Amino acid sequence: MRSIFRHVAGSGTGLLGLVLVVAIVFAAVTAPWISPYDPDRLDVLHRFAGMSGAHWLGTDHLGRDLLSRLLHGASVAMAVSLLAIAVALSVGTVLGALAAYLPSGQERVILVLFDIISSFPSLVLALVVVAVFGPSTVNVILIVAVTLMPQFGRVARAQVLSVKSAPFLEAEILLGAGWARIFLRHLLPNIAGPLIVLASVEVPVVITVEAGLSFIGLGVRPPLASWGTLIYDGYSYLSDSPLPVVASCITLSLATLGFTLFGEALRDAVDPKRSSVR
Amino acid sequence: MTSVLRGDTARYIASRVATTLLVIVGAMLLLFALTVLVPGDPASALLGPQATPEYARRFIAEMGLDQPIHVRFFRFFAHLSVGDFGTDVLTGRKVSGIILDVLPYTVILTFGSIGLAVVLGIPLGCLAATRPGTVLDTVLAVGSVAVIAVPGFVVAILLLLVFSIWLDWLPVLGAGRAGDLGDQAVRLILPIVALSIGWVGFIARLVRSSMLDVMGEAYIRTARAYGLPSGMVVFKYALKNACIPTLAVLGLGVGRLLGGAVLVEIVFARPGLGRLVLDAISTRNFPVLQGAVLVVVVLFVMTNLVVDLCYSAIDPRIRRGG
Repeated sequence: MRSIFRHVAGSGTGLLGLVLVVAIVFAAVTAPWISPYDPDRLDVLHRFAGMSGAHWLGTDHLGRDLLSRLLHGASVAMAVSLLAIAVALSVGTVLGALAAYLPSGQERVILVLFDIISSFPSLVLALVVVAVFGPSTVNVILIVAVTLMPQFGRVARAQVLSVKSAPFLEAEILLGAGWARIFLRHLLPNIAGPLIVLASVEVPVVITVEAGLSFIGLGVRPPLASWGTLIYDGYSYLSDSPLPVVASCITLSLATLGFTLFGEALRDAVDPKRSSVR
Repeated sequence: MTSVLRGDTARYIASRVATTLLVIVGAMLLLFALTVLVPGDPASALLGPQATPEYARRFIAEMGLDQPIHVRFFRFFAHLSVGDFGTDVLTGRKVSGIILDVLPYTVILTFGSIGLAVVLGIPLGCLAATRPGTVLDTVLAVGSVAVIAVPGFVVAILLLLVFSIWLDWLPVLGAGRAGDLGDQAVRLILPIVALSIGWVGFIARLVRSSMLDVMGEAYIRTARAYGLPSGMVVFKYALKNACIPTLAVLGLGVGRLLGGAVLVEIVFARPGLGRLVLDAISTRNFPVLQGAVLVVVVLFVMTNLVVDLCYSAIDPRIRRGG
């Protein structure tokens, strides 16, 4: 554990990723307390204010404090990522592990299901679902979870296949251990590493999809401050002031960059063979 | 030997074609299920609250929504399988005609971006791979990660802000005047750059790492030992093998780019499938939505099929290894 941390913090890009990730997670958790203003408080007299001591990043078209909205946007992005990945990870792991143990006919069904889901362009799938059920944060989470699930499923299956016939597992089964015990006590700890790495690599993908859907008005609904809706608001009033759109775009980019660098450093630390940079 | 190989190839092609068909049928099933699942009555959703009851009834009959589900199901599949997406009830036009009008914009944007990514990405990857560990290599590596990480629509907005608002170099909004190819080409520059820049980084990185792998192989060392010129070794022998993984990700790339194209089209106010889908969603125009989504899915899976088949033709290990 410590050596992984040292590896991640040891490379320049990994350290940058770690710093950005810590900053964003900190902002997401403490947004209600560290925000200088209520993110929804209107102040129409001071709309499109520039950077100042009172409003560090200025105000938007309704006079709302941009810094406070960006901080709350971090909470939304983190909550969506965490929940979507948690659902994809758990469903994918169970299905993947099941596939590894089922007879080949039933295994095939699960694998074809994975193939079909990953054959859809995920944003298009998201558009269709939103078209029917309407835009909402819960729908965004579910769609992202479904489209990510096959990746976790395939990794889980491959990992289970590689430990399934290990002598200690066969001994446990002969001793009459139940399914729950086999799965939780023995399989999970042995397959967790690559799954955790995959989860961290997927965080920037989820942040991007959530922001993209919210940008076109099909994700998180206003007045909730998501980075995507902030970019949309800023983009609509581009001719009045470029500051809101520039600040929101930079914040979103720093977040995706931070999580990408962190995820890749983590992957290299856990599995040096798959190192992409060196 | 040849007969065994041929059998493998046939089996591989058959299984890829079967999966592709399965995905298309799956997409049709999903699109049909959506019309059944849509909460409330589709007529009032589409026509809005002002529609008179008579008009709504006629509309429901025109869309065939008064039929039992199994009749609608068979009708849906029968029509789609001959390429008939139905009629847009709002404008009275054929849905297939509406889609064909905007399809070229999206296709040019997507494949233009893939092309640019390949044309820039492969040389950059080679450049980095032939100078590993140098400053240039590090700069390219950091640059690649940065452009991969930043979402395409954010790049699009920033490009628009810098090049058309601040610098006023390029006109951006819309696809350009009909018939004026020069104008249309100029208006494609920023969208293509925005959409492809992440893939330039991705391909550069991929080519670099597979190049470095290949350069360590025995046949490259042999070629060098024979005294072949270094350029010939790099470009004729190493690059050819290093490009195989690049080809493999292109299929995946088309899907991601089609999704990204939706957002980029909206940022630059270009006509295309993205705009069409978004408008169909906001007016709850399901026939158009179904048709457009099906076209996107078919475009995506067919590209994937072609890429996979090319890939297996180049590298026979794929079809044997499964």
